[in-house]
Amino acid sequence: MRMTKVVRTVADLLYPFCMIFGLYVVAHGHLTPGGGFQGGAVIATATALLIAAHRYDDVSARVKSARMKVFESVGLLGFLILGFSAIILGQPAFRNWMLSRGSLFNDSVAFGVNPGALTTGGLMPLMNLAVGLEVLGALTIITLYMLSGTKEDPS
Amino acid sequence: MMSTLQQHAPALLIAIPLFAAFSMPLVGKNPGFRKMWTIVLMTLTSLTGLMLACSVFRDGSIVYVFGAADASQALAEGSGFPIRIMFTIDAMSALMTIIIAILAFAVTLYSLAADGGHSGLEGFYSLLFLMVAGALGMVNTGDLFNFFVFLEVASLSGAALAAFRIDKGVAVEAGLKYALISGLGGLSVLVAIGLLYSQYNALNIAELAARIQFTRLDMIAFVLLAVPLAMKCGAVPMHFWTPDTYAAAPSSVTAFLVVTSQASLYALFRICFTLFGDPAAINIAVFGWFIVALGVLSMFVGVTMAIPQKDVKRLMAYHAISQTGYMLLGVGVGLAVLGNAKALGDYGMTSMSGGLFHIINHAIYKGLLFLTAGAVFYRIGTRNLNRMGGLGHTMPVTMICFIAGALAIAGIPPFNGFASKLLIYESVFAFNPFIAIVAMLVSILTLASFVKVFHSMFMGPRQPDHGEVREAPRPMVIGMALLAVLVILFGLIPTAVVESIIRPAAEALLDRAGYIATVLGGP
Repeated sequence: MRMTKVVRTVADLLYPFCMIFGLYVVAHGHLTPGGGFQGGAVIATATALLIAAHRYDDVSARVKSARMKVFESVGLLGFLILGFSAIILGQPAFRNWMLSRGSLFNDSVAFGVNPGALTTGGLMPLMNLAVGLEVLGALTIITLYMLSGTKEDPS
Repeated sequence: MMSTLQQHAPALLIAIPLFAAFSMPLVGKNPGFRKMWTIVLMTLTSLTGLMLACSVFRDGSIVYVFGAADASQALAEGSGFPIRIMFTIDAMSALMTIIIAILAFAVTLYSLAADGGHSGLEGFYSLLFLMVAGALGMVNTGDLFNFFVFLEVASLSGAALAAFRIDKGVAVEAGLKYALISGLGGLSVLVAIGLLYSQYNALNIAELAARIQFTRLDMIAFVLLAVPLAMKCGAVPMHFWTPDTYAAAPSSVTAFLVVTSQASLYALFRICFTLFGDPAAINIAVFGWFIVALGVLSMFVGVTMAIPQKDVKRLMAYHAISQTGYMLLGVGVGLAVLGNAKALGDYGMTSMSGGLFHIINHAIYKGLLFLTAGAVFYRIGTRNLNRMGGLGHTMPVTMICFIAGALAIAGIPPFNGFASKLLIYESVFAFNPFIAIVAMLVSILTLASFVKVFHSMFMGPRQPDHGEVREAPRPMVIGMALLAVLVILFGLIPTAVVESIIRPAAEALLDRAGYIATVLGGP
């Protein structure tokens, strides 16, 4: 069953904002409350909004669970590789080796009240991105499966 | 290069199976490549585990601190406090790592043939690798909260695997039951960890062991830790999930579930001996008798419930409960006499060695028995003993493997079960003759039960229904034969095995001060 045109239009308008807010939470994971998991969950929720407004089949044709599985695996692998990348440099696993190397993400996160610089925290922001990718994939799949009961009968 | 690998072996031990699990959905679409990928990465995991265990037995305990500047530096810079997540691997952890490595390799070989015909296999092998990572993490971690995380990883992947063959909902029910029970158990463990953390502001096992005050809250925490772990290893009276889950899961998964149960058993012993095992502060005999009571109950109830079963895997699951009783009994006697140096030297040490030796023996022969049951199921499609028969004509290798496993579980020389059971009988007799008699009686009943199973599976004339049955496929046979060879090998050279890996593990378990000193530095 489709909702009225008003609801559908509003949902379509809100969808990009949900995405951007989710990405914001992921990207600022090392500076503000939230992080990869929370941001990924926000993005996955946007799919539920679309399904509520449109028909399940229309949405699942766009948001494919096969692609989400790839997101999930790539996110997990990214996290794992970032975590164990320190071994290649001869340091213990999960060592934050990007800090104080003079490259990107060089500085620690500043303490106290401050505007917040994105390029701090070493490996942390990258790991947050990986977790965000994983969670958005996994939770979208779960949402799709849970709401597949709203699928209309072909008859 | 080699030294780097050796130095980072504890991290790789977790990294390799996790990498395999996460990459499986991406690369696992092609069956040929998936098989190769699975076997290569599982071999690497097992080799890493064996290498790590060897280096622990050779050079002593290892501490691996994640995220520190130096992996062996347990105390955080400047604070003198072990704040980071670490792996603390002593001889006991190394023994468990060996068990998991051997079983994981043999079962994976078997599984490649046995489960090959199903759909969704990339998910199956993902979960299998996650379960191995969880079990390896449980036995090696030195951090209580980290232990909880690995416990959950192993439990949840185990539940999903148990439900893998939907089987008209029977397997789903078994998986759901396992998930619910482990979830409840996991929460209880989490509450216990919270109780300890709120008092001591520490999660590191060694740090907690050094500072624990044995307050009433600590005792509550002990109960909340010990009961779910005893449940996860299938001790009576918390055994009810075991038969359902073991019977409904695919046989390869059942063999893995045996391994995770052993990992929970390890955690139970670690908590009793390392966290709470200070005979000067508490009446340790009470703790010991608690474990002994669980052991005797499990032995006896397990075997009496096994005898009337008609489903071969259900029967074996009850025997697994019964055998777990021997391990609890052996190690429990050691715990009960922990405060008494003379008794500990006279028989406590032998009893603990017997209990720990039984863990490795049980993992091997019980894994083998479940695999043979799975091979028979693979060929004839039933687990009902009344509908089997005459399979000795057509499946001779499976039959020989089954005989090895059955004689080992019944404690007949020269198979490995005999060696560990003899150690347990001897020492328990010195502790309490009545319990030793119960233990022997249970062994006789086990033998009787397996004679029945052997007869109804393999003896008799060829059955017309099973006329077309052939021997199990080669990878399954190799997996089973590998375990059967180990059953006989461990039975032939028990002294060498006990001296080289079991006794160091028992000593490590008893050496509470040594475990603390490994992390916090010498006294």
